[in-house]
Amino acid sequence: MTLLGKSISEIHKLLTSKETSATELAQAHLSYIEKSDHLTHAFLCLTKDLALKQATEIDKLISAKKELPPLAGIPLAVKDVLCVESYPATCGSKILEGFKPIYNATSVNLLFDAGAICVGKTNCDEFAMGSSNENSAYAKVTNPWNHNYVPGGSSGGSAASVAAGFATIALGTDTGGSVRQPASLCGVVGMKPTYGLVSRFGLIALASSLDHVGPFTRTVEDTIRTLAVMAKPDTHDSTSVPQKMRTANCDMVALLNDLPKITNLKNVKIGVIEELSGEGNEKSVQKALDLAIETLKTLGAKIDKVSLPKVKYALPVYYILNPAEASSNLARYDGVKYGARDKSAQDLLSMYLSTRQSFIGSEPKRRIMLGTYVLSSGYYDAYYKKAQRVRRLLTEEFNDIFKSYDLVICPTSPTTAFKFGDRTDDPLKMYMADVASIPADLAGLPAISIPCGFDENNMPIGLQFMAAPLADRKVLEAAYAFEKATDYTKFSPMLQKYESAKT
Amino acid sequence: MEYEPVIGLEVHAHLKTKTKAFCGCPTEFGAQPNTQVCPVCVGMPGVLPVVNKAMVACAIKVGLALECTISATTKFDRKNYFYPDLPKGYQISQYDEPICRGGHITIRNRKIRIHRAHMEEDAGKLVHAGAAGLHGSDYSLVDYNRGGVPLLEIVSEPDIGSPEEARLYLTELRNILRYIDVCDGNLEEGSFRCDANVSIRPVGATKLGTRAEIKNLNSFRAVQRAIQYEIERQTTILDSGKEVVQETRLWNESDGKTHPMRSKEEAHDYRYFPEPDLVPLVIDRTWVTELSKEMPELPEVRRQRYMDNLKLSYDDAFVIVESKEMSDLFDQAVKLGASARDCSNWLIGPTLAYLREEKKEFADLALTPKNLYDLSRAVNDGAVSSTAAKQVLIELLAKKSEVATIIKDLGLAQVSDEGDLRKAVSAVLDANPSQVEEFRQGKTKVRQFFFGEIMKATKGKANPQIINKLLDELLVQAKV
Repeated sequence: MTLLGKSISEIHKLLTSKETSATELAQAHLSYIEKSDHLTHAFLCLTKDLALKQATEIDKLISAKKELPPLAGIPLAVKDVLCVESYPATCGSKILEGFKPIYNATSVNLLFDAGAICVGKTNCDEFAMGSSNENSAYAKVTNPWNHNYVPGGSSGGSAASVAAGFATIALGTDTGGSVRQPASLCGVVGMKPTYGLVSRFGLIALASSLDHVGPFTRTVEDTIRTLAVMAKPDTHDSTSVPQKMRTANCDMVALLNDLPKITNLKNVKIGVIEELSGEGNEKSVQKALDLAIETLKTLGAKIDKVSLPKVKYALPVYYILNPAEASSNLARYDGVKYGARDKSAQDLLSMYLSTRQSFIGSEPKRRIMLGTYVLSSGYYDAYYKKAQRVRRLLTEEFNDIFKSYDLVICPTSPTTAFKFGDRTDDPLKMYMADVASIPADLAGLPAISIPCGFDENNMPIGLQFMAAPLADRKVLEAAYAFEKATDYTKFSPMLQKYESAKT
Repeated sequence: MEYEPVIGLEVHAHLKTKTKAFCGCPTEFGAQPNTQVCPVCVGMPGVLPVVNKAMVACAIKVGLALECTISATTKFDRKNYFYPDLPKGYQISQYDEPICRGGHITIRNRKIRIHRAHMEEDAGKLVHAGAAGLHGSDYSLVDYNRGGVPLLEIVSEPDIGSPEEARLYLTELRNILRYIDVCDGNLEEGSFRCDANVSIRPVGATKLGTRAEIKNLNSFRAVQRAIQYEIERQTTILDSGKEVVQETRLWNESDGKTHPMRSKEEAHDYRYFPEPDLVPLVIDRTWVTELSKEMPELPEVRRQRYMDNLKLSYDDAFVIVESKEMSDLFDQAVKLGASARDCSNWLIGPTLAYLREEKKEFADLALTPKNLYDLSRAVNDGAVSSTAAKQVLIELLAKKSEVATIIKDLGLAQVSDEGDLRKAVSAVLDANPSQVEEFRQGKTKVRQFFFGEIMKATKGKANPQIINKLLDELLVQAKV
């Protein structure tokens, strides 16, 4: 019997029926990763000791016939920008080499408390800046569907680890699409909840007002199960949505109970974003979108084209606000307190300069320079302040649309996975990969990417659903119904190859 | 040309909260380096700040005391610059929406307007190894205990007209902060720090001159001296036809001069922007009302009460009110029934002199309100002379005791027995016939000499009223 590629409820059954133990399950995943990750480079470090310790705890509960917590024994991979106590958190950067946090991120803590088993920390673009994982200072993650292609970014290691079956849940972070875009490119489910629904404590910040923690899973149901544990108010995060604002529309536990009732999308009004459909998309992507629209109609949804003219400003606005916040958030990596330091420097200024020059990669440097520029006196009003104003206008435009529509949709990414090196010479072309995912980050909307087809090279395509802030449930209901009505949820060939080689 | 100085002061006051501005670490001064730190206040990756409500309450109280407008909403901003004592590479401060705006302080019937007051976090402290300062040291160590301690920066309008007025402003401001118990105002420990903006302009001109910002002012005396020096420096520059350069200057206590630190061109661009890790604060009006009800009597009001009700002079009232501890003790003694005038004289005179000599704080004294009341009554009842009362007071300052006990122990009980005193007076007159003769011939000043001699002979215990009465009588009768 294979222990790999199981869903949360499947693992729960295996454990409660004692068909396997949490330790066996953890070991099976760890040995699969150890034997296969040289192909993907999805992990920066394995947390083997932690995984086995956590598994032992679960096995104790089982033998004591205690009730198991909701994620008991579930293999979990954590993006390296999220803190796991006592294990390295490099953010894919050389400047944080050797840094080990003494605390867990709140999201990680909640999953641990729910019984999840941490198998490792996943590779990503340096400080979550990138759309292809080519900006990792350690190794390039490859796409499990075809190792010549990028997995997307910045949470490429997390997306790849779920697509490969290394873990049932992987945590990623989404600032401009860093969960949804790699989910789309790797053919898995990736969700960015409403801003503030999941605590940011322990998430090493890129751009604080845009950063979200979100899960990767193979199925929508597993995403809901993960969020039911992880989407909690946190007194350590002032931007966390307080309990009194968490209405039924973002109640994941209730949604989980209601799942069997969701069989169609009758009376659901969906808008297709005109500005993000049509010519801007690759043919295969557009074709998949058209097909998805037909499926949604069959499910009973009422579909219209809607126009969001401000969406075209999302990318420029994002590339002012993101670098501005990043330039400030990355200032603490100065060689004084932790991480790397150029020890040959003779005085303070040269220590600052050479440490940051030597250990920070070129994309973070580019954003630090951009951000410093747009915040400088004399430029602040023209760039930062204006961008904030446009961000507000874009948010209002979305709010208006959501007065008439439950959801809006578009492809998660205008293209499928591209080959290594295709876009590295042209930052703007790379930035364009996030054109459809950035608007939801700017407006703080719940947004999900789910598989909706494959291109001519058998690379996955993703469909994105967005809803009004705190209407996360609507996004998940639609994605769940769509998933049930289609057959795109598949594992990458990696898992089959590994399994067949074993037997 | 005649110039007038234009002075504005920026005060950084440590707010007296149990924990830091954005984390739960203690704020006490003097702990071992880096023992009062956590991931938040050393800026570790991934951690987030959470606003300490007690800090906001302190800031609102200051706003109420200075009659500022308390903002309905206020937000925090990041002030970005690199220095090893600033672990995040930015300081959480408030830029364009401070918690308090407007307001004023009244000193000697002059209103000094307050521009604004805003909350921010303090930085850590660098310790330079092997030398007194940065220069010549082999390496530097950082102590983050102070990092994240809440500060209120209180900025005055340029309404201050002299170095003396600057000192009075600071004295009064510190006093107010102590009265409302939000800052211990300790300059040595750095809990009350001041920078001065100084410019000069021709008398009568309305346009402000170019200013210099002076830092490193570690005492009120330093503030006064540095401003005085700066006025003279700028006067010399303008008189020679040159222009004052806008710059930051450091006061050097040992040479008594200010020295350039950085010019306007080198000034930091702090790249302020709204702190995205904190949401804007909406200040609940009912909270402000509650806090305003907790406000104690402020120095200005108390001073006026001493002048109106207790008939103290402005100067006496000023000195007593300047120390909240002293003023509270004074109030309690007067409430018990002690003479306000006697108490005021004892506190301003011998008590302050004692504190200066012994280098002690008022809080260190053993003196109680009951002591003052008992002493006042003893003088009033004639049980002790006012001269001896001062001796009793000194004893009461140093150790816990009772007035009656000290009078007894030191044998200071006043002699009011006319028979005994008559003998003493006669003896002095008999022993000094030539002075008696002088008195007879109209040198009435000699009377003081007799009084002094009698006091000496009775060790200060003689009742002065009776002595005077006896002198009147016996000087006339005395034989030559």
